[in-house]
Amino acid sequence: MSDVFDLVILGSGPGGYVAAIRASQLGMKVAIVEREKLGGVCLNWGCIPTKALLRSSEIYHYITHADAYGLSVEKPSFDLAKVTDRSRKVAGQLNSGIKGLMKKNKVTVVEGEGRLTGATQVTVGDRVLDAKNVIVATGARARDLPGVAADGKRVWTYRHAMVPPEMPTKLLVIGSGAIGIEFASFYSDMGADVTVVEMLDRVLPVEDAEVSAFMEKTLTKQGMRILTGAKVADVKPGTDGVSATITGKDGKAEAATFSHVIVAIGIVPNTENIGLEALGVKTDRGHIVNDGFGRTNVAGLWAIGDVAGAPWLAHKASHEGIIAVETMAGGHVHPMDKDAIPGCTYSRPQVASVGMTEAKAREAGLEIKVGKFPFIGNGKAIALGEAEGFIKTVFDAKTGALLGAHMVGAEVTELIQGYVIARQLETTEAELMHTIFPHPTLSEMMHESVLDAFGRAIHY
Amino acid sequence: MIEITMPALSPTMESGTLSKWLVAVGDTVKSGDVLCEIETDKASMEFESIDEGVVTELLVAAGTEEVLVGAVILRMSGEDEAPAPKAKAAAAAPAPAAPKAEAPVAAAAAPKVEAPVAVVDRGERVAASPLARRVAEAKGVDLAGVKGSGPGGRVVLADVEASAGGTAPIAMAPVAKASAPAVAPAQAAPAAVTALADVPHKIEKLGNVRKVIARRLTEAKQTIPHIYMTVDVQLDALLALRAELNGALEARGIKLSVNDMVIKALALGLRQVPKCNVSFAGDSLISYERSDISVAVAAPSGLITPIIFGADSKPLSVIAVEMKALAEKARDGKLQPAEYQGGTASLSNLGMFGIKQFDAVINPPQAMILAVGAGEKRAVVVGDEVRVATVMSVTGSFDHRAIDGADGAALLQVVKGLLEAPLGLVA
Repeated sequence: MSDVFDLVILGSGPGGYVAAIRASQLGMKVAIVEREKLGGVCLNWGCIPTKALLRSSEIYHYITHADAYGLSVEKPSFDLAKVTDRSRKVAGQLNSGIKGLMKKNKVTVVEGEGRLTGATQVTVGDRVLDAKNVIVATGARARDLPGVAADGKRVWTYRHAMVPPEMPTKLLVIGSGAIGIEFASFYSDMGADVTVVEMLDRVLPVEDAEVSAFMEKTLTKQGMRILTGAKVADVKPGTDGVSATITGKDGKAEAATFSHVIVAIGIVPNTENIGLEALGVKTDRGHIVNDGFGRTNVAGLWAIGDVAGAPWLAHKASHEGIIAVETMAGGHVHPMDKDAIPGCTYSRPQVASVGMTEAKAREAGLEIKVGKFPFIGNGKAIALGEAEGFIKTVFDAKTGALLGAHMVGAEVTELIQGYVIARQLETTEAELMHTIFPHPTLSEMMHESVLDAFGRAIHY
Repeated sequence: MIEITMPALSPTMESGTLSKWLVAVGDTVKSGDVLCEIETDKASMEFESIDEGVVTELLVAAGTEEVLVGAVILRMSGEDEAPAPKAKAAAAAPAPAAPKAEAPVAAAAAPKVEAPVAVVDRGERVAASPLARRVAEAKGVDLAGVKGSGPGGRVVLADVEASAGGTAPIAMAPVAKASAPAVAPAQAAPAAVTALADVPHKIEKLGNVRKVIARRLTEAKQTIPHIYMTVDVQLDALLALRAELNGALEARGIKLSVNDMVIKALALGLRQVPKCNVSFAGDSLISYERSDISVAVAAPSGLITPIIFGADSKPLSVIAVEMKALAEKARDGKLQPAEYQGGTASLSNLGMFGIKQFDAVINPPQAMILAVGAGEKRAVVVGDEVRVATVMSVTGSFDHRAIDGADGAALLQVVKGLLEAPLGLVA
């Protein structure tokens, strides 16, 4: 049996399904192949269900600190199974939403494991899908700790950590990227004793150094143990715990036992067994290489999202999908600008950023102006009882270009888009200064940070 | 004190000749007054003041060549200031006196962001991002000459940077850097030629226009493997249609030339055979989705190629009107950079000189040019009979790196078809 499509997409994560919808809007006949659940990791096992979990831990945190707001709650407690169940239901709701979207956009959904049997041919079982173009959007999975497979009992990946069989009492989180820090934050707020080990010299290493320092201080104050410049070895799962040796930055090795371990040391692209090798598709450290428009070195074959390299973010995958499909359709498209991709971490406090860190800007030899405004200077932040954090902006001193913005504090993940739009429109500090920000909001800090970069902050 | 600097009148301009001052020390200048004439790479332009004040110093003598963009050329006192501080005039005195003011000019060339950058005001607002505007101002790039790649043609930072870097004139695609390196060696070559002493002669210094022509044509012939193809076109149907259209257009004062119709035929042909509407950019190929036709016009200072933008979608009457205006401006040396920079393919017509057929040199970074000969009565064999028909030979030159022979031939076939059955040009 053979079907002919304009476009076949391998993988239905936020890269694949968004590309499918856009392609359908542009009049293409589209099929999407999925081996698990529509929506991929993002909405089944990633972005969305973790946000549901973190919402629970956030509310729990407020309840346990109700007194600070003049409220009294007696003996707050929680049912972990219910918390998890809510998270799964949220994922389930969105998963059926994607099904509806595929139907509405007349995208043929093919269930099963697809394999490239030609640059523009995908075979799923005995079904052959021929296409003018094929997009590989197979995503990525968690990287295992060398020698220790995460089995979901005591050693977890993000996927296990999302549906915990029991509440960890003493948790070791290996890796302090967004995923590691979010789970550390969740379990810490739910009452676990959490240790975070990071190999590099600071937590959230892709963020601005000041943000990392602030997070390390704040998380430590919350009761976590943060070990940077540290290594974990001899991870040995037992029946009621995991033993490990942690070597700190001072070189001293320390043996410790944990109830559970979460491994969050990065991802591995899903490039195996889909027929890439036979086609001679070019890869770089496992990731498929694309040209900024999504094209691989093989004509008719495209790659987007996690499988096509960092940053491993859903919104990067979606945007890459749109670019690829519009390029295919002959549209007037700009290539992916990786400096314009915002990054968010939904821990308590939250972290959000876009563009260059201060250090990167200096490394690039740019003359810069840096602005910083603390939450303590903002009326709304104080009213919310969230007076910790800051917003930092980095400008090119010569041109006034907003090179980067870095935020840590309450709700900053919802604020960052303001700066992302500003960058996309190529505003300078002048337009940002002339913008009227509503009072009282946290967003006023964005204004103040810009003003501060030019020595004009009003409220600090 | 207001300092007026040498403006960049085109995105690629690095220096220019200040050919003539139209103001003198002590003159009161109003915004919009012409300060001087500047000869750029391709055209001579009047430079208007956007400031008001009294001229206190002219720092560059008239006729000075290679005045660097950004160099201070004139100082004036603002409205409220007392004119001409004496000490300053004395310090700067050597500059206007020297016939070649290269030294002081070079010294002043350091980019001064604060100085008001005077750009020619065309009265129309160019859609550009705030950042693009600011960087353009600092780099002395005239936004009117920059093709925007943002939504709706909005000029964004990358476009300004591409322009300032002196890369391809059309910024439709961000990749066109390949042609730049070929320029430098081409310039160095002709140094050794000296005049024959026993033959009466005169030596004339090359103007900027001639220098640019020499450089670009050398670059084209040295770097582009040309392939040529000629086809004969029977013009009788086209001439009849032209007569009929001109009759209808007479009331509007519009007269179509055969050339206008060839422009349209080429533009439509490029749309039908998009493989010829391209630029070869080293490791990539840029394909254009609009036919902007550069049309060779003989101007007193040398050849120049004003552009009919989007000729594929313009009616013949519009092409005729635009072409007439552009040719006039070209002859008067009044073309604005935006009017001759860019183009996706070229057309050169020497039919009016009775030239039967010729091979034109490609105008990089374009990849094709159509050379049009004279329409003349020739004996044509139809079936087994010899008949008289008006025939014109057209020759396409193609960049063979980008365009295969078959694609070039396909383009010529379409162009021939459109010219022989010319209703397609008006449909």
